[in-house]
Amino acid sequence: MCLGIPGQVVEFLEVSDQLARVDVSGVGRIVNIGLLEDEALAVGDWVLIHVGFAMSKIDEAEAALALASLQLMGRTFDEELEAFWSSRITNEAGGR
Amino acid sequence: MRFVDEYRDPAAARALVSQITELAGDDHFKFMEVCGGHTHTIYRHGIEHVLPQSVELVHGPGCPVCVIPMGRIDDAIAVAETRDVVFTSFGDMMRVPGGEGNLLQAKARGADVRFVYSPLDALRIAIESPEREVVFFAVGFETTAPSTALTLLQAREQNVTNFSVFCNHVTIVPPIKAILESPDLRLDGFLGPGHVSTVVGQRPYRFVPAQYGKPLVTAGFEPLDILQAIAMLLAQIRDGRCEVENQYTRVVKEDGNPRALRLLAEVFELRPHFEWRGLGFISQSALKLRPEFAAHDAELRYSVPGVRVADPKACQCGEVLKGVIKPWECKVFGTACTPETPIGTCMVSSEGACAAYYNFGRLHRETAVALGRPV
Repeated sequence: MCLGIPGQVVEFLEVSDQLARVDVSGVGRIVNIGLLEDEALAVGDWVLIHVGFAMSKIDEAEAALALASLQLMGRTFDEELEAFWSSRITNEAGGR
Repeated sequence: MRFVDEYRDPAAARALVSQITELAGDDHFKFMEVCGGHTHTIYRHGIEHVLPQSVELVHGPGCPVCVIPMGRIDDAIAVAETRDVVFTSFGDMMRVPGGEGNLLQAKARGADVRFVYSPLDALRIAIESPEREVVFFAVGFETTAPSTALTLLQAREQNVTNFSVFCNHVTIVPPIKAILESPDLRLDGFLGPGHVSTVVGQRPYRFVPAQYGKPLVTAGFEPLDILQAIAMLLAQIRDGRCEVENQYTRVVKEDGNPRALRLLAEVFELRPHFEWRGLGFISQSALKLRPEFAAHDAELRYSVPGVRVADPKACQCGEVLKGVIKPWECKVFGTACTPETPIGTCMVSSEGACAAYYNFGRLHRETAVALGRPV
């Protein structure tokens, strides 16, 4: 829960839902970017993701560093990624 | 890997270690790392064994899983076993023992306990299952609390009436204060938490130098970050300075994340007091939902026993969380209490001091003993 996972913003989805598609370790995921409203986030920016929310904007170097650290954690990181992949945050109305 | 090499450069680490050795001189310094992520880095990379004997690291209460008292787990289980409830939780909390077992055991008994990655997943389940009552087990410091806040605002906006939150969010400053007030521990400074500080910024820590005369340096999670932060603490002491400094400027800003702080203020208020495992009751140390969100407050919607449960006698998580003893000094460490069958919370989470030490530390310690170095 405490792990921050780096992702790169690929596209913005509905503005009202505050969602963006990010690339996390080569996999596209949807995350909430409502906590970075003040940051003027752009496509290509890197963010640190906690429990499905982009929590801080970081640069490419920090993203690489964070990812390398996470990979060193081995099983703990695998479990966190697995949890992330199981997440069903979507932009489809009504959840279908 | 060009960015990474810079932070894993053995020559840079050696240079920092000799700087630390020189700054510490003949004195002995005890610094506490507050954050569980730092504890993990320290054990993972064997940092304690490259530091000179003049610098000792003490592991603090910054793992949100570890500080949840047993009684709250029993409360969670009581809610989970309520008719029609779908109880959702982060995976970390599933094996945390309460007085009446853990959430996985409640699930085995028939309770609908589901693991989620995000509070938004819990909200999604509520939207998809209007006939069920979905409860989210919210835990964590200021790192995760804004996510819960935003989820609650969405639930209210979309009028998802079958969604509620069992709130156990805690705040970082009160336990630091409690530790500074604790008579059995004398510290020379703090490594400030990384991710929490991305939200709260640097200002909330100013009381540490101002009122208690101890320096605090917010640190990143790379081994070189930790070493550099230790050097910064020692340099402050040598220069006769005492202030809040930020080593982790790559991520942490002075003001934190103002948007997240506004959301926290909008959705939560401080509880008069909250029990911390090992630290006891600390006033104004945890968050509850504001009255405007009463309809989404699981503590108001369900009957929660709210009974205080004493930790098992053999368990010394309290002393570990306060940094009074090292994990391996606990009587049940690695014997009765292991990550597979934890007795105490510090063994459950991978960021708990005991689990981190169990997974990575034992070999380092055996090596140190073989080399004739005190541990």
